[in-house]
Amino acid sequence: MPKDNSIKSVLIIGSGPIVIGQACEFDYSGSQAARSISEEGIKVTLINSNPATIMTDPMMADKVYLLPLEVESIEKILQENDIDAVLPTMGGQTALNLCKEVADLGIWEKYNVRLIGVDIKAIDKAEDRELFRQWMIKMGIQVAPAKTANSFLEGKEFAQEIGFPLVIRPSFTLGGTGGGFVHTKDDLDEALNRGLEASPIHEVLVEKAVLGWKEFELELLRDSADNVAIICTVENFDPMGVHTGDSITVAPAMTLSDTAFQLMRNTAIDMMRDLGNFAGGCNVQFSLNPETEEIIAIEINPRVSRSSALASKATGYPIAKIAAKLALGYTLDELKNQITKTTSAYFEPALDYVIVKIPRWNFDKFKGADDTLGLQMKSVGEVMGIGRSFTEAIQKACQSLENDALGLGYYGKNQMKADELVEYIKIPKWDRIFRIKDALMLGVTVKTIVQATKIDRWFIYQIQLLCNVEKEIAKYSIDNLPLDLLKDAKKHGFSDAQIAKIVHGDCTDDQVYDKRKAAGITRVYKMVDTCSAEFEAKTPYYYSSFEN
Amino acid sequence: MSSTSQSALLLLADGTIFHGKAFGKIGTTTGEICFNTGMTGYQEVFTDPSYYGQILIMNNVHIGNYGTKAEDVESDTIKIKGLIGRNLENNYSRYQADKSLEEYLILNNIVSIADVDTRALVTHIRNKGAMNCLISSDNDNVEELKKQLAAVPDMEGLDLTSEVTTKEEYELGDPASDLRVAVLDFGIKRNILKNLTDRGAYVRVHPAHTSLDRLKEFNPTGYFLSNGPGDPAATEYAVKIVKAILEEQMPVFGICMGHQLLALANDVPTYKMHAGHRGLNHPVKNTITGLSEISTQNHGFAVDPEKIKENKALEVTHINLNDGSIEGFRMVGRPVFSVQYHPEATPGPHDSRYLFDDFINAMKSFKEAAPTA
Repeated sequence: MPKDNSIKSVLIIGSGPIVIGQACEFDYSGSQAARSISEEGIKVTLINSNPATIMTDPMMADKVYLLPLEVESIEKILQENDIDAVLPTMGGQTALNLCKEVADLGIWEKYNVRLIGVDIKAIDKAEDRELFRQWMIKMGIQVAPAKTANSFLEGKEFAQEIGFPLVIRPSFTLGGTGGGFVHTKDDLDEALNRGLEASPIHEVLVEKAVLGWKEFELELLRDSADNVAIICTVENFDPMGVHTGDSITVAPAMTLSDTAFQLMRNTAIDMMRDLGNFAGGCNVQFSLNPETEEIIAIEINPRVSRSSALASKATGYPIAKIAAKLALGYTLDELKNQITKTTSAYFEPALDYVIVKIPRWNFDKFKGADDTLGLQMKSVGEVMGIGRSFTEAIQKACQSLENDALGLGYYGKNQMKADELVEYIKIPKWDRIFRIKDALMLGVTVKTIVQATKIDRWFIYQIQLLCNVEKEIAKYSIDNLPLDLLKDAKKHGFSDAQIAKIVHGDCTDDQVYDKRKAAGITRVYKMVDTCSAEFEAKTPYYYSSFEN
Repeated sequence: MSSTSQSALLLLADGTIFHGKAFGKIGTTTGEICFNTGMTGYQEVFTDPSYYGQILIMNNVHIGNYGTKAEDVESDTIKIKGLIGRNLENNYSRYQADKSLEEYLILNNIVSIADVDTRALVTHIRNKGAMNCLISSDNDNVEELKKQLAAVPDMEGLDLTSEVTTKEEYELGDPASDLRVAVLDFGIKRNILKNLTDRGAYVRVHPAHTSLDRLKEFNPTGYFLSNGPGDPAATEYAVKIVKAILEEQMPVFGICMGHQLLALANDVPTYKMHAGHRGLNHPVKNTITGLSEISTQNHGFAVDPEKIKENKALEVTHINLNDGSIEGFRMVGRPVFSVQYHPEATPGPHDSRYLFDDFINAMKSFKEAAPTA
């Protein structure tokens, strides 16, 4: 289906202030959408209360309103402009909520404005936890066992039925406030009371905690003709129990067999097709039991999100840009891949590299704050490393954190003993990845670490590999460091500064640089091209790596 | 990473050399080089008989992460002749897995090379086209290896189906079923048969060199033409039998090689593609329904897109959205159709499984229309 030509003017709703729990992703998606719609010759009007964004720059939209994200502001815009359609899927939860509020008051209808990209029913089904559960059960898709309780006694009864560990999720609170894990019966009373008090309607969801299961996210696009494509599959390094925004994540999925992946893909496609009217970008999260490979659906977000912004960078596929075109009525098979310019936009990107995202926390600015990671997102941003191996990517990400880490291979001096470390890493905290490495350096086995953290052993093997390289480097000084080892270290993402610290004797990063330069160990540049080099790319971007 | 640090080299027919580390069996192997962009399902790919005679580059940079598992195969043994990867992993993680990738490769005598700059290599193949190559981890005398490589025949004009077809007939499914499919095996993937039997069909799988009389003895309600390796134009015997099958006026379904043979039997030629299609992400548009599907592909030859349009007895039903190549056609007014890609897809997306339903329905309608058949 070609573009809907009755749309001459579109309103995009922004996401308001950037707060903890976001990573500027909605500025990115809103800007992309504004450009994408403008290039179709359609007038773009934009509302956002946050002037410190790129999307509110005058060149992004035809008209920008810096107004509070309230019903009155929307009505004012509709009075002053002839708006045909509103696109609410680019501004996160804030925009969707405002759009719903305006719809409930009949204001869109009054001004003859159509919702594009998504309809209200689809939003409800996806965002309301209880409706989502019922919808999944109706579709025969497994979800974690759960029950909604309105009183303390009811909550206790359900907790007995469901068993420990479990999660208490208060209804209608923002960002998971008042929720938490309950590991034993002793902690239940307090958690239940806290949850019920946090909820304005005195209601909590008592849910079975699938702690230790693996967590995956799929980023999808769907068009109005029901074509669906999986743009990116992201694997969480941290198992279930840590908010995905606070998890280290990896793309493509590293430990997923084809049978398990296709099960997820089919389930996600079924969910999207059953969602109702929807055209654009969507995120679906699953949890996988590593022993049986059964999966449960965790949530679906019918809008572009933090993870779609990451997936766009990870794959090169401009999700928000294409999602905006789909909202205008285009179908995927009509559009071109924006990177190759010759092949179709309807495809699933293939990666020949690994990306690792590490969240960035600012606990040092919030003295006294609980730095345990859990249901509520606490990070304030994220970094992404790209490499030709997981080891290279994770080292680059660590080097980008703007703390003292020179890489995963070297971070400060560890003060803890092996058994203390094993205890420490049981609780997810911001520095767990560094402490896992410390433990491995002290000779703790991969098996012990897997038992303590429930992190997939493949990742721990990879960190072990980095430890082995580090130990090997430590045997030498810069003068007698073998070139093969130096090359290997560079391929595993060790920075020159990191190597300089590891070798014995005094050494500067310049000395490492000079040594490898003289030996011809220099960077090569590889493309992020959406297609693993299968087709020629016209507008790719590049990352550096080391090859033979 | 390989447990050995023994070096290995990859020599291409155009003289280009790539260096890496030995993995799998130590030795020397030759074949036609090709690349696969899929990010899951390496074991299924390695055991797919359509890859017979080929040395495969996996573009995905980590291969072997979840080990191997006895059931995740498309045939009894590994069919590729060599494997090229960036990071081939020995340490794996999967509860159900029973072997590491390297153990599995050694068991199947597959010489492999890790630590190769696969992206540079794939770019080279994309520009220069498919060619023969050699991997060696036991000989570094390039002049000797060049001589050995020069003696390897070109894929074009090569009949490989005879090497991978079943030696004996065998049956699968419920013998009481009234849907009986006579399968011609040119190198069939297990999951194709599973898709047929899961839908209630009883199948008998025949060696590629089987006479029409023998096929008819099975009293089939339909014929299936399988996938397979090599050049379809080199299998004259197969084109002949497909022509004979078409004269039976029964339902016929073909996949990959089967699709190419169906075209050849209708006097539409095939050609060798520049670098082929191998991956799990190829967009195909169904021109009948207007819907599109993401497909699994593995082919180095394709049906001539101009000649097929000149043949009024044929109608193109599926096209590739990337390059417009022919992905499927049917015979006008007859229950005979085929696709270039793999609707059974293991590995890969299940978007195209409806084609098996179409075939089952075609056989059912045909039976109802002609109850005496």
